[in-house]
Amino acid sequence: MQAFLDVFDIYLLEAVINGILLGGVLALLALGLNLIFGVIDVTWICYAELVMIGMYGMYFMVQYYGVSYFVAAPLTIMLVAVLGAALHYLVIAPLLTAPPINQLLATGGVLFVLQSFATVAFGIDFRNLGIRLPVLAFGDMNFSYARLLSFAAALVGMVAVYLFMTRTFTGTAIRAISQDRQIMALMGVDTKRIYLITSALGGALAGLAACLLVLQYDVHPFVGLSFGPITFLICVLGGLGNFIGGFIAAFVFAEIISLGGLFSDLEWGYVLAFAFFIVMMFIRPAGLLARRR
Amino acid sequence: MMGQGRLAAWGVGLAALVALPFVYRDPYHLHILVLILIWSFAYTSWSMMGRFGLVSLGHGGFMGIGAYVTALLWNHAGLSPWIGIPISMAAAGALAMIVGYPCFRFRITGHYFVLVTLALSGIVLQVITATRDYTGGSLGYTPNRASGNRLLALQFDDKTTWYLIALAVWLFGIVVWHWVDRSMARYALEAISEDEDAAAAAGVDVTAEKLKITLLSALMTALAGAIYCQYQMFITPDTVSGIAVSLQMVFAAIVGGLFVSLGPTVGAIITILLAETLRIGFGTKAVGWDNLVYGVLLVLFIIFLPKGILGSLLDRLKLQRKVPRAHEQKAVQVARPGA
Repeated sequence: MQAFLDVFDIYLLEAVINGILLGGVLALLALGLNLIFGVIDVTWICYAELVMIGMYGMYFMVQYYGVSYFVAAPLTIMLVAVLGAALHYLVIAPLLTAPPINQLLATGGVLFVLQSFATVAFGIDFRNLGIRLPVLAFGDMNFSYARLLSFAAALVGMVAVYLFMTRTFTGTAIRAISQDRQIMALMGVDTKRIYLITSALGGALAGLAACLLVLQYDVHPFVGLSFGPITFLICVLGGLGNFIGGFIAAFVFAEIISLGGLFSDLEWGYVLAFAFFIVMMFIRPAGLLARRR
Repeated sequence: MMGQGRLAAWGVGLAALVALPFVYRDPYHLHILVLILIWSFAYTSWSMMGRFGLVSLGHGGFMGIGAYVTALLWNHAGLSPWIGIPISMAAAGALAMIVGYPCFRFRITGHYFVLVTLALSGIVLQVITATRDYTGGSLGYTPNRASGNRLLALQFDDKTTWYLIALAVWLFGIVVWHWVDRSMARYALEAISEDEDAAAAAGVDVTAEKLKITLLSALMTALAGAIYCQYQMFITPDTVSGIAVSLQMVFAAIVGGLFVSLGPTVGAIITILLAETLRIGFGTKAVGWDNLVYGVLLVLFIIFLPKGILGSLLDRLKLQRKVPRAHEQKAVQVARPGA
């Protein structure tokens, strides 16, 4: 009995730590989406598909052209950033004055486009980088380096965004616009330019997430569906546009998935997370850290 | 009110549709027609909510429940679909109430509502996949072939029977659409989609009205899923549930036209014919192309033609005769969160 408990605890601890590591990447994804939502007031339903395109970018650069991982990563980030800006310019900008639901549905159309583009162009095979990172054994617990690296890079990315938002003029303008969309235009801020920069930044974060996720998961055209919904839920749970709320919610969700997966199948972890989300909507409909209006 | 002329046109059209399978028997074309009718019914069910600004991405979940509960009850409990379908509809309705009530009570609108319902279809998809011991997971599920009474099992081999069933169900959907269109609920819901607070101040019970239409829509969508399952005799989580199916409903309804009764039907005709043409024209090379075209069309439609093909066409005709009703003059004027 005692032996059983010991093993159990080790697994539990391992699951908790793996949950934290997963939370880092989820928080990064949520940050990008929250940024777009907070500033432009648009939900990119296709956000996870941008990540998918980024993962393909990494795959082809590393596998086909033999570019080293660390050279390919910045290129991918730039590629997805350009995609994000293009998405804003081509789809969102013409719809800025339309009802918000139309913008959301239009990005739903982009989701179809990106998914099927990947299907047509790359086929439906599962592909992976073929980079096998060693596993770190700590005591009796095993952690993959890929996850540790992702976690660290996600944290660095988030700190960089934080510094950008608080220390630069553009960052300040972005935060100001998220507080009042109409007034900032009167204060002489070029909102169109800020929107484009924000979209590119959101895209860049998706690109960074792509570089990290490609280390852990296979790429296929529908990979976006496996973490896209969870990203939206995190953003809603944290309060759309609320960066800190999203950050906390990402870790809460990751823990639920990780621990739920420990006791049963991984899918049940997701089911638990979804159920938790719906219950939370009863209790805190406007997000974990909602300001009382 | 329907004019004499329109009533006559509907009568003639319906008579022609009923007579069709007795005159024309090509099984492939009938199969396409049955699919169009079933999906039209599903899209119509979605549009009953969608036209009032309640954009739900949870309908894939309701459809999945309709299909899987019916099939599971048949295979494991031996319950005839005649009992199984009402049970599955009740299950979908109950889920709609459980999720809908807090949403409407706590004024979750716009983006939030879309994302909450998105979670719903995500849950249903994951539950179906996770309970793979019973549902076959992502490999799909087949209801057992009936050994005895075919009518009791709601399994028919000839396309004509299925065509007539699908036609009846589709017609039922259109009738319900018109029934809602003429009820007081429509005015209440239109008021709600314009301004929730003002509607509430004018004496509209916002939560109750929204719940009613959501329940109706969910029940009908579950029925569509069950009929689809009985017709195809094979379902996978991806064809009847999940976010892709939900988005497909939104897409078809918007392309056809949200605010006219036959809009979703036109949407279904366009999308299914497009998919089939591409499939036949390009064979396996076409994998993905249909969705690529869908996606581009969806974006273009929302930007340039938010009232859909049929909606815009009817407007063009109507302009010459009378001034359109106020809500039709606006583009897809859906959910404005708290503005």
